[in-house]
Amino acid sequence: MSAPMVDVQRLTVDFAVGAKTIRAAAGVDIEVEKGETLALLGESGSGKSVTLRALMRLHPKSARIGGAIRIDGRDVLKMTAAELSRYRGGIVSMVFQDPGLAFDPVYRVGDQIAEAVVRHTGVSFRAARARALELFERVRIPSPERRLDNYPHEMSGGMRQRAMIALALACRPKVLLADEPTTALDATVQIQVLLLLRELQRELGLAVIFVTHDIGVAVEVADRIAVMYGGRIVELGPCAKIIRAPAHPYTQGLLMSRGDGTAKGGRLVAIPGSPPDLANLPPGCAFAPRCSRVIEECRKKVPAAVIIEPGHVACCVRAQPAEVFLQRSETFSCRTAGLIGADVRPDWRPHTTRRPS
Amino acid sequence: MSMIRESDRSRIATLAADPQDRGGPGTSLLSVRGLIKHFGRTAGLFSQRRSVVRAVDGIDFEVAKGETLGIVGESGCGKSTTARLIMQIIVPDAGDILFDGEEVGSHALSLGEFRQQAQMVFQDSYSSLNPRLTVEDTIAFGPRVHGLSRRTAIARAHDLLHRVGLEPSRFAGCYPHEISGGQRQRVNIARSLALEPRLLILDEAVSALDKSVEAQVLNLLLDLKEEFGLTFIFISHDLNVVRFMSDRVMVMYLGKVAEVGPAESILALPRHPYTQALLASMPSMDPDNRTQEAPVSGDPPNPINPPSGCRFHPRCKVVATLCAHSEPAPHDVGAGHLAACHLANPESGHPRLAAA
Repeated sequence: MSAPMVDVQRLTVDFAVGAKTIRAAAGVDIEVEKGETLALLGESGSGKSVTLRALMRLHPKSARIGGAIRIDGRDVLKMTAAELSRYRGGIVSMVFQDPGLAFDPVYRVGDQIAEAVVRHTGVSFRAARARALELFERVRIPSPERRLDNYPHEMSGGMRQRAMIALALACRPKVLLADEPTTALDATVQIQVLLLLRELQRELGLAVIFVTHDIGVAVEVADRIAVMYGGRIVELGPCAKIIRAPAHPYTQGLLMSRGDGTAKGGRLVAIPGSPPDLANLPPGCAFAPRCSRVIEECRKKVPAAVIIEPGHVACCVRAQPAEVFLQRSETFSCRTAGLIGADVRPDWRPHTTRRPS
Repeated sequence: MSMIRESDRSRIATLAADPQDRGGPGTSLLSVRGLIKHFGRTAGLFSQRRSVVRAVDGIDFEVAKGETLGIVGESGCGKSTTARLIMQIIVPDAGDILFDGEEVGSHALSLGEFRQQAQMVFQDSYSSLNPRLTVEDTIAFGPRVHGLSRRTAIARAHDLLHRVGLEPSRFAGCYPHEISGGQRQRVNIARSLALEPRLLILDEAVSALDKSVEAQVLNLLLDLKEEFGLTFIFISHDLNVVRFMSDRVMVMYLGKVAEVGPAESILALPRHPYTQALLASMPSMDPDNRTQEAPVSGDPPNPINPPSGCRFHPRCKVVATLCAHSEPAPHDVGAGHLAACHLANPESGHPRLAAA
């Protein structure tokens, strides 16, 4: 089997704030195959956006990045400035939460897309405008010829996000990173953009990493979901497993606090406490201070990944492997140890099949 | 403070008549009639042309005592403007707002008296707090303005902090930047309760919070509602949250009420195509049964030049020629469920009604 399109190992991102060091990502491992969508699900400060930005090296120079990032076989952390500018947009591109900020307000949207095409492929400006038109049709912007000449402020939020997706796909990237791309949109527009992203991902065979805080959104687009908490992935598995049989107490708490099953007049099952302070993470499991099933061991060291089933892991001392795995574990081999750092069985390999069938 | 313990207050209030209750239990706590607000704006620096944003364009609704009215809608539908109009933060162009049977701002109920009984919690927990005031001073500010001594006001602030789940000894002296978003929103809630209001308007009060903290604050709001006998207007774009909180739901679209009625009826059997689309747009929680087709296409239109007739007609799947020129009036489809759609009214002459 060939190497995955996105292969991130033990990624750490540290920011120095005054005398303190904030570890925003603390050993994140991600593998995404061509044609697969992985959702990074987490609350603010869980490290999901930091992880995503590290893949494009968008952090300021003062941020220290550790671990290894290989995308399409290239070592991203060793790239020179010139290599980086070819890589950004050419191999990996990104869709941001606020398309109003991502576009330059004083240039026409069509020209901004054409500029990127000229810069990356070296075609004439005229040909690049034609490519921009083709992309606008692809993302189904109504009356695309006219819209190419619009300035960003002349478009509605949903249309700007479609234009942003067109810009991201302009140079035929292999990997698309989406950072909460629908969070700023209205409900009826959000679902349109999600369906568009799903369709483009399928047609173009993109590897997509989709960052969101909304489980519902993750379920609509993702093949697999990685739940992040306190800078680490605490649970990773196929979409259906995470929703129906979550193994980590945090994932369970998130699902229960949604309240769609709670009767009117009842009470929501809330997770007590507040999200952790990244400058002051507890020595053991970051979730331990809020966990209802906490035991002494949780506070001592960061829990290792427990394989619940092939392709479904949870970093919790109290998580129980499903029996299925115990029978078949011998057939699993390989490389990516250390989903969360210490004490992971060296023979474990994360799930890499394309879609849950 | 009075001899009566705070916890007994609400029980007494529900048993005996609330001294503040002037209209009696049959009167709606809030009654809004023909509320209109248009914002004028010039089209350009040298342009003579003026355009008008029809933010709220003639809405009527009632909020009964002790109930929670949920208001849902997309950006630009006028839900936040409605909240600000009720609080008189923005002055309405037209329309009447009656609070417990008396007109707000009239001789019988001055603006000051009204604002003591109606309070608001905003979305952004940080910008709605004064960064130079400690938590206890923030909460005590309102009561002091209304004439309480500093000592009594601070005692009340500590009591409220305790009730919203913040230990006064730890949090009273904190500044807003020292506490988390969830804790700040609790302070905002405590502040809104400091004048013992009867109506609380929550404008996207939990939307900026993380999901795990949101559930805590929603539970707190339900507890406080029971304890203090409050009435809520709960504004949110999250239908899950509105479903959990509300007794009645009002759906707004481009400055108009599309549908209003009991929560179960609106959410289970929506009659307006917009409400149906809004419900169908919620992401599916079933990985084997994902959404395959978007319920409506396009973005909500600009409230500067809203469509003629029914404002939803350009995006509606069951549109008829009638909808483009005739604006549907709210029609009662039973049990206080009003839907402003020609299809809900058997006498409207919508062609689909004849076909059925």
